Amino acid sequence: MSALGNFAGGFVTVVAVTAGAFFFLAGTAGLLRFPDPLTRLHALTKADNLGLGLIVLGLLPRATGWLDGLKLIAVWLLAQLVGATVTQIIARVARRDGGTA
Amino acid sequence: MTVGFAFDAGLAVLVLGVAVWTIAARAAFAAVVGFVTFGLLLALVWVRLAAVDVALTEAAIGSGVTGAVLIGAAARLRPTEAASAAERPGAAMRLAAGALSVLVALALAALVLFPPDPAPTLAPQAALHLAALDVGNPVTAVLLAYRAVDTLLEKVVLLLALLGVWSLAPDRFWGGAAVPAVRPDSGGALVFLARVLPPVGIVVGVYILWVGAIAPGGAFQGGAILAAMWILSMMTGLTGAPEIGRLPLRLLLVAGPAAFLLVGLAGFAVADGFLSYPAAIAKSLIIAIEAALTLSIAVILGLLVAGPPSREPRHRDAGHRPAGHGEAGR
Repeated sequence: MSALGNFAGGFVTVVAVTAGAFFFLAGTAGLLRFPDPLTRLHALTKADNLGLGLIVLGLLPRATGWLDGLKLIAVWLLAQLVGATVTQIIARVARRDGGTA
Repeated sequence: MTVGFAFDAGLAVLVLGVAVWTIAARAAFAAVVGFVTFGLLLALVWVRLAAVDVALTEAAIGSGVTGAVLIGAAARLRPTEAASAAERPGAAMRLAAGALSVLVALALAALVLFPPDPAPTLAPQAALHLAALDVGNPVTAVLLAYRAVDTLLEKVVLLLALLGVWSLAPDRFWGGAAVPAVRPDSGGALVFLARVLPPVGIVVGVYILWVGAIAPGGAFQGGAILAAMWILSMMTGLTGAPEIGRLPLRLLLVAGPAAFLLVGLAGFAVADGFLSYPAAIAKSLIIAIEAALTLSIAVILGLLVAGPPSREPRHRDAGHRPAGHGEAGR
């Protein structure tokens, strides 16, 4: 039973972390390839939210206790909050500069 | 092992690349962004070297607070930036600077590449006496017990740095408060963050201080997080910067070093001398000193980022003329 649990945990880790890494890769490609600041920000937020979220999800089975798991989730939530705020600020500046220039 | 090596090699290349980019950047603001990125990558390097305490400090102080100070400096210098960028030092000066840089780099490389064998280390001695102090984190033991004098002087230097910033203020603003250069609109996302984040940040800062006794963390890292919450609040105008002439503020600034000094002097009476702790209460004393230091560090760092006072004090000379103050009250 425990071996099966370990296998399931390892499976979740591999799949979720790989998917998370894919979103980071896609977000970076978007940052480099997209034409204007707003679309580049859009690509980055996907890396922040989904990418980090999936990596945290993948690491949860490997946490040594529920407190560690809570810390991982807190890191993800904080990164979401700060990422969303910074994106708003940059987007506002980009739109203002785009409007005047 | 090979994955770790590939990661380390990639990290090293990235750190060097960002360092070169930061130096080569023409605009001051771009260089500051490069510097902050460099600091965060350097924190990853410290994690890879298993020095998590240093990594936390690098991320919080070296990259975070210093980055905020540098962004403020870049914003202030913007009007004169073009003129100073146009100035180029003479060939002799550039040659001398280049030669000095090469010399320092070679000396550092020699130290790292050809260490004496066996490499000098105090780690066994540091670990030996941890049990006597009842402190699980050897870094905290070094900072607050074995090398406590260094840490005490470091905090005094921090105070001196703040005095240096304050001394940039014109005479008429002395005792006044710093006014933020730009105030974001009140409904903006940053104001929202400044309202939501501090409760979380304060808990994390206190946790980092508390856990410093047994795991990576401590006064400097915890203080930097508390300072960041205060800076966020000052930046958005939710709280004004304090007037630097106020007595409670001055007391907060010296609370940490003063508590450290008092405990140190008490060591003469109750233990073996200056800054030696009685074994029975060593851990309690260390945590008490760290708590006082954290408060002072948070206030000092916040004021360093706020900058020199740029507004006249509201109650000029109120502190110097208690009689006048009394009359006003009648």
